[in-house]
Amino acid sequence: MDKEFIITIFSENTVGLLSQITTVFTHRNVNIESITASESAIDGIYKHTIMVRNDEDKVANLVKQIEKKIDVLKVFCYTPNEVVLQELALYKVKRSRNVEDLVRRHNVRILDIHDEYIVLEKTGHRDEIRELYKMLSPYGVIQFVCSGQVAIIKSRSELLDEYLSVVNEKQRQLNSTK
Amino acid sequence: MTAGFSDNTPQETPKNDFPRISGSEAVIRSFLAEGVDTIFGYPGGAIIPVYDALYDYRDKINHILVRHEQCAIHAAQGYARASGRTGVCIVTSGPGATNTVTGLADALLDSTPVVLISGQVGSTLLGTDAFQEINFLEITQSVTKWNCQVKRAEDIPAAIAKAFYIASSGRPGPVVVDITKDAQAGMMNFDYKPINFIRSYQPYADIEESQILEAARLINLSRKPMALVGQGVILGGAEQELKEFLEKSGIPAAATLLGLSALPSDHPQYVGMLGMHGNYAPNIKNRDCDLLIAIGMRFDDRVTGDPSKFGINAKIIHLEIDPAEINKLVYADVAVLGDVKQSLPMLTEKISQRDHTAWLEEFHACYNIEREDIIEPAIERKGAHLRMGEVVDAVAQKFDDAILVTDVGQQQMFASRYFRFKQTRSIITSGGLGTMGFGLPAAIGAKIGAPNREVCLFVGDGGLQMTLQELGTIFQSEVGVKIILMNNGFLGMVRQWQELFYDKRYSFTELTNPDFELIAKANHIPYRCVERHEELDDAVSEMQQSNGAFLLEVRVEREENVFPMVPAGQPVENIRLE
Repeated sequence: MDKEFIITIFSENTVGLLSQITTVFTHRNVNIESITASESAIDGIYKHTIMVRNDEDKVANLVKQIEKKIDVLKVFCYTPNEVVLQELALYKVKRSRNVEDLVRRHNVRILDIHDEYIVLEKTGHRDEIRELYKMLSPYGVIQFVCSGQVAIIKSRSELLDEYLSVVNEKQRQLNSTK
Repeated sequence: MTAGFSDNTPQETPKNDFPRISGSEAVIRSFLAEGVDTIFGYPGGAIIPVYDALYDYRDKINHILVRHEQCAIHAAQGYARASGRTGVCIVTSGPGATNTVTGLADALLDSTPVVLISGQVGSTLLGTDAFQEINFLEITQSVTKWNCQVKRAEDIPAAIAKAFYIASSGRPGPVVVDITKDAQAGMMNFDYKPINFIRSYQPYADIEESQILEAARLINLSRKPMALVGQGVILGGAEQELKEFLEKSGIPAAATLLGLSALPSDHPQYVGMLGMHGNYAPNIKNRDCDLLIAIGMRFDDRVTGDPSKFGINAKIIHLEIDPAEINKLVYADVAVLGDVKQSLPMLTEKISQRDHTAWLEEFHACYNIEREDIIEPAIERKGAHLRMGEVVDAVAQKFDDAILVTDVGQQQMFASRYFRFKQTRSIITSGGLGTMGFGLPAAIGAKIGAPNREVCLFVGDGGLQMTLQELGTIFQSEVGVKIILMNNGFLGMVRQWQELFYDKRYSFTELTNPDFELIAKANHIPYRCVERHEELDDAVSEMQQSNGAFLLEVRVEREENVFPMVPAGQPVENIRLE
């Protein structure tokens, strides 16, 4: 049965890396629901967050195939309840009293005010973002953009750090046996 | 010229330790540092600087000029698989590069270590649709283990060092280093450091003791085990470790197509080849097994048939170096991740000395059925026409320790079934990709990689014509390959499927062939043709006694079928004897 998974990929920052990763998805005919990529907390290491809906075994295999890419350090796969997920959306909406009420009630930031429209920013869970869109729709949403989802795991430690300490130790041993 | 490299500022003092050389020469010197003495290639515009540098190193590097870039990479594959070393080839940008894609895919699926250096247009022209420019990194993304582009001369040694390390370590595979023309021409201080560590790439897992213990426990409890030997044993150089494991455990062992020759064919525990056209015993007994021990193999669908029915009554132990293969197609009850060269001795230590004579007898009984129904009729010198099985058998009798190279199709299956293997690295065939046209160039590479061994190529009339131009390479480079052309005037394997599954509708599988004698003659290759049983042995002897290359054309029965056969997608126990 298809379920939602959040795949986080830590990689070196090499040219074409994103295409290396997406190739694995196309090869296995898995659709990417959402993707974000940016530098991680560790210098030089990039973090990609990819959402998929698919069968659990297929996703487990996919994860291993991504990890097989030489420039990929480590891949983790989570279910939605293991992570805190957020995305960011911008709405360009016609100005009206109703809209301003909604802004007050939904903890929405106003980024820009124009004679005709206002630009709103909402950070939150995908459902909240879609919900707000629905509420604003009757008053005229001129433009809407939304980021991919970013995720942070609920467990205490960063799992990549464990991986890095293991491989750094391996490297140290290799160098000392030279 | 791009910024940031090879500034020819006169005030710069070259470091004495590091000679100042061109990027092209750095390519060649990097090869030498990796112990390369043979490369396969084809020159062209964007790789001329490397060829120019190579001109000064002709005494150190043997360059084989092929006739088509696809054959450069197939030859490098053949070389790698015969010699156990990394195959190397060089091609130019654009069409030179794209012509290698089939070979890269083949090497990826069959885990063959190959380093391909491709020329690329100057870095300032990248992305401009320049003459002979293609985005080779993007194209080869899914057919390489790794690829990279080098745009500065000083980055060449590190890229090549990384390429050799990645190609040959862990589960081997093809890598591409795409070098822009200005990087080849630029000057740099040459300093070569081999690489043995990449933080994002850990090719050898630490073997988990707990998995070894659990595997040993299952082996010790098992009453009807079978070992499935794959190419991982050969790639890991673990033939001796395999033998020790088998001889202590007493377990019958079958081989995959690529795992052939890891164990000598006459080993008392060897029970034959797995797979669609494999032997009867290891397929039919699959259902009876209570334990399958897969050693360096990946459960290809040609081996498993319907994977959900494979080993249906068996627990499965999977010894494998590539984590992505574990649980990919067949669920492993115990997975031992790591190099089989390490894990097999650990396992051997923990298992009890066992004797499975009675169980082994069951395989022998099945073999006897196959021998009577299939093998003897296939190899006997009877009938109106020569048949492929008897040809392979006749060649195997005279060439008793040769490297078998095959093309793809019926001759591939007959050859792998009826050839006999004494030592490891004795079969070179396109298993995963099934590349027709692979045989001839791979045989060239194999002979060059193992010059002291005989190389026998079995090839069909279809496959030979796919890379026929390489007869020119054989002539020019004096490559002593024995070519056995099984000419049936058909694309035989497809015709067989059309006969069995498509109502004998032979849609475009019949070939009207050229005169192969004239072709051999044009390439100065000794030739003989046989059509009758009585001539066969004499012709094989003539081929054996002839120095260097030989083309033996055998006119075989036109509509012979390969049996046994597991129909595609069915459980292996549905193996058909006719």
